[in-house]
Amino acid sequence: MGMTMTQKILAHAAGLETVEAGQLIEAELDLVLGNDITSPVAIHEMDKFEKKDVFNKDKIALVMDHFIPNKDIKSAEHCKCVREFACKHDITNYFDVGKMGIEHALLPEQGLTVAGDVIIGADSHTCTYGALGAFSTGVGSTDMAAGMVTGKAWFKVPSAIKFNLTGKLSPWVSGKDVILHIIGMIGVDGALYKSMEFTGDGIASLSMDDRFTIANMAIEAGGKNGIFPVDEKTTAYMKEHSKRAYQVFEADADAVYEEEYTIDLSKLEPTVAFPHLPENTKTITEITEDIVIDQSVIGSCTNGRMEDLRTAAAILKDRKVAKNVRCIVIPATQTIYLQAMEEGLLKIFIEAGAVVSTPTCGPCLGGYMGILAEGERCISTTNRNFVGRMGHVNSEVYLASPAVAAASAVTGKISAPAELGL
Amino acid sequence: MKANGTVFKYGDNVDTDVIIPARYLNSSDPAELAEHCMEDIDKDFIKNVKKGDIIVANKNFGCGSSREHAPIAIKAAGVSCVIAETFARIFYRNSINIGLPIIECREAAEAIEAGDQVEIDFDLGLIKDLTKGTEYKGQAFPPFMQKIIASEGLINYINAAK
Ligand code: SF4
Repeated sequence: MGMTMTQKILAHAAGLETVEAGQLIEAELDLVLGNDITSPVAIHEMDKFEKKDVFNKDKIALVMDHFIPNKDIKSAEHCKCVREFACKHDITNYFDVGKMGIEHALLPEQGLTVAGDVIIGADSHTCTYGALGAFSTGVGSTDMAAGMVTGKAWFKVPSAIKFNLTGKLSPWVSGKDVILHIIGMIGVDGALYKSMEFTGDGIASLSMDDRFTIANMAIEAGGKNGIFPVDEKTTAYMKEHSKRAYQVFEADADAVYEEEYTIDLSKLEPTVAFPHLPENTKTITEITEDIVIDQSVIGSCTNGRMEDLRTAAAILKDRKVAKNVRCIVIPATQTIYLQAMEEGLLKIFIEAGAVVSTPTCGPCLGGYMGILAEGERCISTTNRNFVGRMGHVNSEVYLASPAVAAASAVTGKISAPAELGL
Repeated sequence: MKANGTVFKYGDNVDTDVIIPARYLNSSDPAELAEHCMEDIDKDFIKNVKKGDIIVANKNFGCGSSREHAPIAIKAAGVSCVIAETFARIFYRNSINIGLPIIECREAAEAIEAGDQVEIDFDLGLIKDLTKGTEYKGQAFPPFMQKIIASEGLINYINAAK
């Protein structure tokens, strides 16, 4: 029986010839990740181990991103706990204020994740690195603690759903629309426990940033991971960002998939997920009423990358954010921030009446900055629109691409760039 | 091991943001997290929950973030078990790793109502609705996970294996 791409990577990491869906395995880890919310819990758990050393100080990444620069005393205590831990164990990849970025944008950019890796992170969007052809999945703090000590984790080998992508995206349609379309189609538990394997000749036209966005939201369909094959764009990206050796795995021709879908990218339209689930999607043409917004957020581990900012800037250039709208732009990493500055994008945002923030998760999880009041409505390039996600339980989050979020900031209601004559 | 308690019932896709909203994640103290458990979906939960009580929900319980604070908050609130039709995978994993018993059982999740008195025998995977006089068989854990639960969590399990 053939193996999927995910199964091949897992078999390799477990030192096995073959694995099959449902099998419990123990795999060697290439990277263990934690952030300022989950790491303190893991560090506390680590105290319970008889062996208290980390398995490899180079293979742990600790990223302070959710509540930093610290929003209050408690979050400052959390970061202090992680900082002391990183210092004590001489953790190579510790990212604090000034060096940080949102973890899932930062790690690939810093070259810490490459094809063939097995990565666990105490953050659900760890699945992002599947864009590079790695197996990566979110776990909790106890798994993170065990991973930091043993360098291993247990997995149940997932079955898979295959998404065959064909054609090419239309202008102003991006990776975000692809993944929102898929989640709308299969539901928030449509890929529960499974890997989402993307294949097809449509992939070649997707940029790496598009692929990161798509893999990032696999968890929003319940997926264990999302994974892309490795092509020239992937290898070029890895060569630019990483010195690490990578390993390319391909699915067998006779790999078994529980379901298969074909998606013609050229047919996709800008897509918006309505409150309070990412599966409540409508295409822009299906939205007939005016949905007036109070805030537009452009950022997060889903859409805070260079291409996202360029798209938003192309729309906001020589335009103004609508009178009653707050537009918040958050470059995902310091490198992206700097590049956006050099390209003149920050000037465009500020002249349009948006604010530009230091890299942080901030409003994405209702952590701080950009919190919604009762009854307020936000269009956001983030990945979750659960009840109370960005603030008051009676506030609303609509998920969309950077193009839609930027266009909506200008019109003051949910809009595609076409409404601006673009 | 057995549990016995009153049921709190919820629907599909109960996410980690309503189990423990991110605004409280600047703490990792179980007791403090428990104070806000389920706050955004059921304000009265924490007022009414008693030690040993049981949560029953439908599909995809615990979807969303990887925050272990979610099962920790539920456990610290005194809940003895969560029964659901399905669980989101990270929540499932986290619950096992911290030793919060959870059971997947579609029939039980559909039939059991809020306020019912329910008894669970974990060794047999048996769920009894004492109010209704009905019985359900939940999905048993694979032996490997049973060992983790019996060791009261992943860390003790790893320590013992050394
Ligand atoms: S940007 Fe949002 S989804 Fe991404 S890691 Fe931060 S809080 Fe989580």
